[in-house]
Amino acid sequence: MIEVKQLVKRFGLKTILRGVDFSVEPGEFVALLGPNGSGKTTFLRILASLSRPSMGSVKVAGYSLPNESAQVRAKLGVVSHMPLLYPDLTAEENLQFYARMYGIPNYQARITEVLEMVGLENRRKDLVRTFSRGMQQRLAIGRAVIHDPEVMLFDEPYTGLDQDASEMLDDVLRTVAAKGRTVVMTSHDLARAEDLATRFDILSRGVIAASARQKDLQKTNLLAFYKQSINGNQ
Amino acid sequence: MSSTSPRPTFFKATMAIVQKDLVAELRSRELLSAMLVFSMLVILIFNFALELDIKVRQSVTAGVLWTTFAFAGTLGLNRSMAVEKDRGCMDGLLLAPVDRAAIFFGKAISNLAFMLIVEAIVLPLYALLYNEVRIFQPAFLGVVFLGSIGYIAVGTLLSAMSVQTRTRDVLLPILLFPVAIPVLLASVKASSGLLNNATFAEILTPLNLLIVYDVIFIAVAFMVFDFVVEE
Repeated sequence: MIEVKQLVKRFGLKTILRGVDFSVEPGEFVALLGPNGSGKTTFLRILASLSRPSMGSVKVAGYSLPNESAQVRAKLGVVSHMPLLYPDLTAEENLQFYARMYGIPNYQARITEVLEMVGLENRRKDLVRTFSRGMQQRLAIGRAVIHDPEVMLFDEPYTGLDQDASEMLDDVLRTVAAKGRTVVMTSHDLARAEDLATRFDILSRGVIAASARQKDLQKTNLLAFYKQSINGNQ
Repeated sequence: MSSTSPRPTFFKATMAIVQKDLVAELRSRELLSAMLVFSMLVILIFNFALELDIKVRQSVTAGVLWTTFAFAGTLGLNRSMAVEKDRGCMDGLLLAPVDRAAIFFGKAISNLAFMLIVEAIVLPLYALLYNEVRIFQPAFLGVVFLGSIGYIAVGTLLSAMSVQTRTRDVLLPILLFPVAIPVLLASVKASSGLLNNATFAEILTPLNLLIVYDVIFIAVAFMVFDFVVEE
C-alpha cells in the first residue's frame, strides 16, 4: 500500500531524511517512533503530498508522488496535532465543506455516519470554536475519514489531549483501523502506540533504524526496543 | 472503503471555498470590520488633511480612493490567508484531491468579494464627505472592478507565499506593492481620466493596460500557485 525507496529530503543545506526505505502492507497499523527532529513529520508530509521529496521514490495506493499527487490525496486521510478545522463553522458545516472538496455525492448521510462514529452527533450544529481540544481532535478524525480513505496518516494525534480525551481518541482510532485501513501513526506515547499498532518502525537521524512486529515484542517491551534502536544508531 | 475515489470538479471545489469563506466571515466579521474601519479612517484623515478647495479635492479623488483600497485590501489579504494557516487549514485544502489552482481561485474570488463589499461602502461615504458624485458613473465603477481584480489576483498569490513566514504582516505589503504598481497606476490613470471628463481615446491606454495586467496576473497565479504552496 505504501512503498518508499531511498527517500531523501533536504531543506537548503540541511538533510532531514537520508535514504529512507519503508513499506506498509494493506491493513497494517504502523507506529513510526523516534526522537524530536528525527524527521517523522517531514516523512509524513511527503507521504501526504504536502512536501516534495528531494530524491527517491514514493508510492501510495499504487500511485507515484509527486506526479500523481491528486490520485494519492483521494485515497488518503490525514490527522495532525492541528485540527484543520474552521472555528467559525459548525461541525456539520466543516464536514460539508470537506465533503464538497472531496467530491462526495449525497454527503449528508455520510456526515451523519461520521459524526456518530466520533460521538459528536449531538454537537453537529455547534461552532467548532466552542469545542474542547479533545472534541476538535475527534472531529478532525471525522474530517479525515469523510471520503472513506484507504490509507490514514496520523501525526502525533495525542498532542495536547488529557487522559479522558486520549482514551476516547483510542476508541476512535481502533474503529478507524478496524475497517481494514492502512494506518501510519507517529507518536511519542509508546504505551498507546504499543496498544494500537501491529508494527513499530524507529526513525532516527533520518533513516529507519529498526523495525519490529508487535508479536515479536512479547518478551521484550517496546520501550526497551526503542531505546536499543536509538542508542544503536548513535 | 471505496475502490474508486470520487473527485470534485474544479468549479465545485472553487465554489466550496468561496461559500466557506463567506459563511465564516458572515459569522466572525473580523476581516470586513478591520478593512472597513481602516478605509473609513483613511478617508476621514484625507478629508481633514486636504484643503477645502473643490478643485484640489476633485484632482486627488482617484489617488485617495486607490490608496485606501490598496491598503485595506492588504489587510484583508493577510487576514484571509492567516485564517487558513493558523489552524493548519491550508494543509486541509492542499490535501483535497483537486487541482490546486481551484484553491487559488476560491480564495481569490472570496477576497475579491470582501474588497468589493468594502468599496461599495467606502464609495458612498467618499461621495458624502467630498461632495463627489461623479464616482458613481458606470465607467468609473467598471475601472474600480477591473483594478480590484488585478490587485486581488496578485495579492492572493503573494499572500499565500508570505503567510508561510513569521513576518507575514510586514512581508506582504513589501512584496505586493512593487508588483501591483502597474495595476494601481493604470487604475489611478483611468479613474482620474474619467473624473476629469477625458475622452474615451485618452483613457483607452490605461484601460487596456489594466485589462492586460489582470489577464497576466491571473494566468501567472494559475500557473505557479501549486509551487508556491508546496514545500
